[in-house]
Amino acid sequence: MHSYKARITVTLRPSILDPQGKAAHRALTNLGFSTVQEVRVGKVVEMVLHEPSLEAARAAAEAACQKLLANPVMEDYAVTVRRVPEIAAAS
Amino acid sequence: MNVGVIVFPGSNCDHDAYHVVRHVAGFPARFIWHKETALGDVDLVIVPGGFSYGDYLRAGAVARFSPIMSRVTAFARNGGLVLGICNGFQVLCEAGLLPGALLRNADLRFVCRWVHLRAERTDTPFTGAMKPGQVIRVPVAHGEGNYFASDATLDRLERDGRTVFRYCDEAGAPTRRANPNGSSRNIAGIINREGNVLGMMPHPERCAESVLGGVDGMLVFRSLMAWAAARHLPAQHAAA
Repeated sequence: MHSYKARITVTLRPSILDPQGKAAHRALTNLGFSTVQEVRVGKVVEMVLHEPSLEAARAAAEAACQKLLANPVMEDYAVTVRRVPEIAAAS
Repeated sequence: MNVGVIVFPGSNCDHDAYHVVRHVAGFPARFIWHKETALGDVDLVIVPGGFSYGDYLRAGAVARFSPIMSRVTAFARNGGLVLGICNGFQVLCEAGLLPGALLRNADLRFVCRWVHLRAERTDTPFTGAMKPGQVIRVPVAHGEGNYFASDATLDRLERDGRTVFRYCDEAGAPTRRANPNGSSRNIAGIINREGNVLGMMPHPERCAESVLGGVDGMLVFRSLMAWAAARHLPAQHAAA
């Protein structure tokens, strides 16, 4: 088994108005960031997994997104997984 | 009619719901802790308002996997009555018992005020005591009450007459101004196709006694009382 770190970003689907992003965009514009065209705010979930392979870690992270971490009615998610130094499994 | 009120960590309208069903409507009622694995002998399950699991991840997302929720789902699929109020509505959507999702309010603010609702269906166990198109006054209190579903789902809900409550003005018009949270098509409450699972953001249990400034919420519970009476379910809890 190896340790993998999955980084999951969850964002509102593009068709859904993101009022938080809009508010941040307005604030940035007021601060002089005139080149900013659009802001979307989402969330990041990081998980460390013990899995035999990168593929298995990716599959586990995907399953976690589908079951719990994202709601497909309103959200999209993206997963990146990388191997990290061994982290002892919780006993 | 035996009523079970589900209690999650973070539920905070469970006692209000219990009080109204037991002491105002007069149903036998009990609390059901979310870790229980059986509902027992109940005819109606109320999934109450609050902030189950602190609304972490998404409102209702974690509560939906509580042990009791698989029993609630089986109960609902078997035709049992389920009423989800506020956070309870969010939980029922997350659990897939009702379509759609509740997004952050469009103006990003927690909204806590009285709203008007138009009753669009009066042939359900929850609304039988209302007149078609009746406007009722009920409070809302939520940060994530912005009902969202795909256009196809919204069309289907409307076509099938499943939009039980819509935010409206005093005269019953579903105006933009009357919409407290940006909900698609002013939807405040929907029912499943079979007509036994209702989810609504407003709080009928908070306006079932005149001391609370309004009694229109009692119409929901009076509807349930009439529904139970028609089925000869015991209407009164045993005298202590």
